[in-house]
Amino acid sequence: MASEHIQTFTDGNFDTGVLKAETPVLVDFWAEWCGPCRAMEPAINALAGDYVGKVSVGKLNVDDNPSITMRYMVRGIPTVMLFKGGQIVDQIVGLVDKTTLKQMVDRHL
Amino acid sequence: MSHSVIVIGSGPAGLTAALYAARANLKPLMIEGLEAGGQLMMTTAVENFPGFPEGIMGPDLMAAMRDQAQRFGAEMRRGNVTAVDLTRRPFTVTTEDKTHEGRTVIIATGASAKLLGLASERALMGHGVSTCATCDGFFFRGKPIAVVGGGDSAMEEAIFLTRFASHVTVIHRRDTLRASKIMQDKAFAHPKISFEWNTEVEEIRDPGEGVLSSLTLRNHVTGATKQLGVEGLFVAIGHVPNTTLFKGQLEMDGNGFLITRDGTRTNVAGVFACGDVQDHVYRQAITAAGSGCMAALDAQRYLEHEAAPEVRLEKSPEVR
Repeated sequence: MASEHIQTFTDGNFDTGVLKAETPVLVDFWAEWCGPCRAMEPAINALAGDYVGKVSVGKLNVDDNPSITMRYMVRGIPTVMLFKGGQIVDQIVGLVDKTTLKQMVDRHL
Repeated sequence: MSHSVIVIGSGPAGLTAALYAARANLKPLMIEGLEAGGQLMMTTAVENFPGFPEGIMGPDLMAAMRDQAQRFGAEMRRGNVTAVDLTRRPFTVTTEDKTHEGRTVIIATGASAKLLGLASERALMGHGVSTCATCDGFFFRGKPIAVVGGGDSAMEEAIFLTRFASHVTVIHRRDTLRASKIMQDKAFAHPKISFEWNTEVEEIRDPGEGVLSSLTLRNHVTGATKQLGVEGLFVAIGHVPNTTLFKGQLEMDGNGFLITRDGTRTNVAGVFACGDVQDHVYRQAITAAGSGCMAALDAQRYLEHEAAPEVRLEKSPEVR
């Protein structure tokens, strides 16, 4: 599955890559051991491809990046948050399909 | 092109149906669904599936079933079914990107976790409230948490969560557990697990803060309420069948379970149902797999009768 449009966010690059980004940013909080996160991966990848230039899409591994995970009080994954101008404008907790993700993103474009 | 068999759902029921249909050379098409692999994808060790004396991890069992069905030619499609039309032939099954036609449909859409139904539960989902211990237990390392429910799933979650949590309180609305004896014994013996009997969760706090800090519990025998300081609440109070797609087309009971007769037949000839979507009694991986096998055999027989009209079971619509 092509994932060249997916960025990798970390505790280190989050503020620059997400909060200061020009476009809205969709962040997928995930972990290796999370089955539903893996199940949602194709939908996230497809979405990233469809919204190139309009919304940037990236993943944040909760195991490796505890500080951002704590900051946004993420206590369940998959959690997808949409940031615009440095603020969370929407979020979805749990496994959803691409249509649901698209609908969320479209509400904020 | 019309498929002989379309299987909707990819848990033990769907995959067994696909395996049998594939081996009958019916070239089944399977739409795996959003929660591909079903409920077992969210479990850890499965210790009661025959053939695995040491137990097997739920996701590994599902991967093996999937491989087995594929080996005999079942075609798997990722994605979710968004609509079905079971009122005309061939039946149609629509996904996000395509409409498929099938001469028979096997429904194995399973069941999803049931929620308590509190507004605060919804608000704190992912911020302390969870329905998946294996997904979210990690976030509660060293923290006190609660599990609500009294069945096998609740006990499994409680025991699993002791790996992370400092303490697990099981909240159950009755004074005895519904869980199997072996699971009860494990839970009772565990030093990190305690129980609140005859108790319901009245409120989850604090949605205003965006994070779970405590629960208001009510003992419905004494009427007393109290606060329980926990950071996580895992809801394991049972499942609701995934039958929204079929409302108005297939017969269901009051709780939304599909009604099957004479094996796996629904009220629409050529449409069969198996696994948890039609079973609120047994709900085991092995019974789901067994009924998946039945559904494939029923579909195969239906197609044979359809091909040989002289032994036809159902009357065709009146021809003018």
